Formats: sequence, structure tokens, C-alpha cells
Amino acid sequence: MISDADVKELEKKANDIRVDIIKMLLEAGSGHTGGPLGMTDIFTALYFHVLNIDPKKPDWIDRDRLILSNGHICPVMYATMAHRGFFPISELMTLRKLGSRLQGHPHRSALPGLETTSGPLGSGLSQSCGVALAGKLNKAKWRVYCLMSDGEQDEGNTWEAVMFAGKYKINNLVALIDRNNIQIDGFTEDIMPLDSLKEKYEAFNWHVIEINGHNFEEIINAYEEAKTIFEKPTLILAHTIPGKGVDFMENKYEWHGKPPNKEEAEKALAQLKR
Amino acid sequence: MNDAHLNPKLYDDDIEMIPSRNGFGEGLVLAAEADENVVGLCADLTESTRMLDFAKKFPERFFQIGVAEQNLVTVGAGLAKEGKVPFTSSYATFSPGRNWEQIRTTICYNDVPVKIIGSHAGISVGPDGATHQALEDLAIMRALPNMVVICPTDSIEAKKATQAIARLNKPCYLRLSREKVPLITTEQTPFEIGKAQIFHEGSDVAIIATGEMVHKALLAAKELKMHKISVRVINCHTIKPIDKDTILKAAEECGAIVTVEEHQINGGLGGAVAEVISQNFPVPVKIIGMEDTFGESGPPAELLKKYGLTTDAIIKAVTAVLRMKGERV
Repeated sequence: MISDADVKELEKKANDIRVDIIKMLLEAGSGHTGGPLGMTDIFTALYFHVLNIDPKKPDWIDRDRLILSNGHICPVMYATMAHRGFFPISELMTLRKLGSRLQGHPHRSALPGLETTSGPLGSGLSQSCGVALAGKLNKAKWRVYCLMSDGEQDEGNTWEAVMFAGKYKINNLVALIDRNNIQIDGFTEDIMPLDSLKEKYEAFNWHVIEINGHNFEEIINAYEEAKTIFEKPTLILAHTIPGKGVDFMENKYEWHGKPPNKEEAEKALAQLKR
Repeated sequence: MNDAHLNPKLYDDDIEMIPSRNGFGEGLVLAAEADENVVGLCADLTESTRMLDFAKKFPERFFQIGVAEQNLVTVGAGLAKEGKVPFTSSYATFSPGRNWEQIRTTICYNDVPVKIIGSHAGISVGPDGATHQALEDLAIMRALPNMVVICPTDSIEAKKATQAIARLNKPCYLRLSREKVPLITTEQTPFEIGKAQIFHEGSDVAIIATGEMVHKALLAAKELKMHKISVRVINCHTIKPIDKDTILKAAEECGAIVTVEEHQINGGLGGAVAEVISQNFPVPVKIIGMEDTFGESGPPAELLKKYGLTTDAIIKAVTAVLRMKGERV
């Protein structure tokens, strides 16, 4: 449960993060825009409400583990982490530059607070399973939060992990799919149809919750519900709008893998700052 | 070499024969007893890769992954990140064959201590044929930053290597044989990762071998001795990090090198040795291995003969490399 005032606060925070995503991508000159803007509300909810973390102690043993599988949306992760206090917001402008801790795809050893290295798609859920199993073996209380794209549901490795998590009833794992319906070459249902992901995951013994990925109450309630499911892993199927918040980027797969130029960034920032 | 404590029956016809995978199975149980963080993951080949004893003894630390080699190593990466020491086993053609990118990104780039156990390496896998004979695994693992690559010569060495990699906080690849191979070492033989060992002293030429080829190199050295050719035989169980000191000392003192491996001639032990020698102390090198070709079905001994992985082939290579060195033979 979350109060209306808290929702307002999260919405404001998400807007600030979107502003920084546009700025850092403009400065970097390359990188992905659509996915980060689409996942900003979920990242904001996780880092500012759901996750049990301490930015001053990124290696804290009892922290919740967040595994980002589709590493290419890391600008939203970096921006959210900076706003949460893991590192200075000014450092966001070093994204993708030589010597930066903010690698083009996230690298665990480069930046404290990152749980794993990712970029190549389809291996995050497997790694999350391993992390969650270690938690169970250690009788730990922390939980594992895996974030995936819908495009990487094309990967065989993803489904190997889906079966595995169902078999071992990995209930300290909650995965979320960013169901934004786009991937680099076009719409997911044209490239490689995925529907119905809900029925597919349920068939492999997962508990599935379908939500609007821009509604903070739904996001937070889904993560709360996952904690009450003991007999299986949970999947949150989050419907999102890629490019969310900037009208000319929304739902355009052309914005999956490119940054804004100066003019586009100014237009985007004008919309976000209103 | 006395301090190598080799099997006294080294050159006998009735030398004990045991697959190196058996030593892995014994070593894994010992490693698991010594460290409760050791866990085992297998891709539907538990008996065949000799993980079964571990699985029976530590059922709560064993995870059956099914025929899913990509998941095998990536679940391992997650466990290792949290302080576990995961041993993942399959056939070497599948792991590290099929899941190379996952090993690269989630294990090597993350630098987490997952142990990749690849059994059924080499052409001596035999009747199963070329699909199941891993001949490129050393090359693809050796190219990866952070990865340690070990190819034990026999079962006892495999047991020691298994315990040693369990203690090493690095990604490791352990290459194992399906077939029985001669037991040339003993419990007393020293084993240290990264330290090649001289198993036979000599000064005219050095044979650097790995895996079961070490025994064939020793037989070649014995025969060449009768022809007054003094052969140094080096057991190079660690392909990476390669033991530069021992290799360069051999180059300087012997002046000619032959390498022998049950692997493609490209990128394996021969490549590793040639990289060291060519850049530091160039001497003639002959590389014996699979000549850029796949294997086929057949009895292991006949396959080794057909593809030139025999004592006779080593002797021929020694003769050739001595000619390159400029000595009359």
C-alpha cells in the first residue's frame, strides 16, 4: 500500500530521472532511449520504495539483489542509482566515455552497487536463479529482483531459466518483463511473436501478475503480492510504453537504440519539465 | 625425475588404466567435504561426468539443470557471485562448447569462480564420433581473460586439480577424458596450478605434452634414449597461465621443442608454447595434434593412430625438429 502523497513524490522523482536520461544520452552521443524512458517508473518504484538497500553500503550483505538482464537500458539504472545516492548525479555525464564507471553496458567491477555484468541478452534470469539459490542455501532473508526485456524472451537461455526456476520453486525470486512490444528491428509480434507470455510462464509453474508499468500503485502492489507467494517464483508482466514521457518517442521502435540529437533533446526536456 | 614420484610401472604394459573423470569425481567429494560452499550443477550427465558421488553425498548442494548448458553456467555465475564455488559439468563439446558467450560475459568478465568441467575431451572419446569429441575447447577457453585452463594427465592428477581449483578464487576450466588413461603419477607427485613438471630429464629436445599424451611422450623419450637422443618430457597440465619459465628453460637448454595434445593444432597447447617461445627465445617447434580436422567414430586406439597421436608420430616429430635445429639424426 502506498499513499497518494508518496505516489506524487515518486512521479516527481521519475520525471527528474527521465530528464537526466535525456541529458546523459545527448552527452554520450550513443545509447538506448526508448527502453530507459519506458522503465523509469519501475526503476523509481524499486529504488525508492521496494528494494531494501543502502546506497552508502552497496555491498551490504543483507541487501536485496537487483539483476538487470537487458543491460542496454542501463542509463535508467545509472540515473536512478545516482538520484538514490549511490554516486554523484554529475557523474551521469560520463556515460560511455573512456575511464567512466558508467560503461555502455553495466559492468559489475566498474561500479559499486551493480550486482552483475550484462548486455548479451538472455542470461540475467539464469544468474538471478543462481543468486536466489545461494540465498536459500544461506537461509538469507533478502530477495532477488530480476528485470528483463520482452525481446530477450526470444533467447533459449531465458526459457532454460524459466523451467529451472519453476522446477526448484525459487520463491525468493521475482522477475519482471518490460512488455513494451518493441525490439531493435521492429515490433516483437512481427519479429518473433511472444504472446501469451502470461500463459507461457504459468505453464512453467510461475505465478504471474499483469500490471500497468507506469502505475506506481500497481507496481508496488505487485511486488508486495510476490512476497506472499511461497510455492513458486513470480513474474510481473509490466506493460510499458517505450519512450514514455516524450510524445515523439513513445511507442516508436526507431527510438529503441539511438540517442536524441541536440534539437530532439531540447524538445524532450521541454515536455518533461512542464 | 625422482621428485616427480611417478608410477614405478610407468613403462610397463600392465600399467593401471583409469579415466581422468574418475579422479574428478573423487576430488569433488573431497573438495566439498573441505568447503561447504562447494556446490554441483550438472546438465543431465551426472554419472557420466562422475558428479554422481557428490550428488548422492550432498543432495542439498546438487542442482540438476537438465539438458541446458547455457543455464548450467549462468546459474553457476549467480551462485559464484554470492560466494559459492559451483562445479558445472557436461561434455566439453557442450560446455564450454555451446555456452561460450555466457562463460565469457557472466563468468570471466564478472570474474567469478565458476568451475567448468568438460568431460569427454579429445578424439579418444571414440565410437560416439566427431560431434562428441571436443577438440577446440582449450583454444576457446584459453582466449578468455581471467580463465584458468587445466588438462590433467591422469586420474590422480585430476583429483588434485579438482581440489586445487576449488580453492582458487578464479574461473577455471578442467578438461577430462572419457577413456581409461595410464596412471603415470602417484599420490606423492606434486601438483601446483601453473607449474609444469619435468617427468623425464633430457637436453637434446623437449617434448611438452598435456593430458594422456604425456604418457606417449614418455614412451617416445624412452625409445629415443636407445638411439642416444636425450629427451626432456614436460607435463604441462596448466595451459593457462602457461608456465613460461619451464618452457623457456627447455628452449634454452634443449634448443628444440615438440608439443603434443589431443586437440586441434590451432590455439591449444602448441599455440600457447609457440607464443612464449617465438617472443622470447625462438627455437624450432613442432606441434602435434589434430591437423585442422574433425574426428570420426572408431575404437580410441585406432583413432589416435589414424590421426597421428601416437608414440611413433612423436618420434618422427622429434627427428624433424632436431633436423630443423641443425643436428644430424
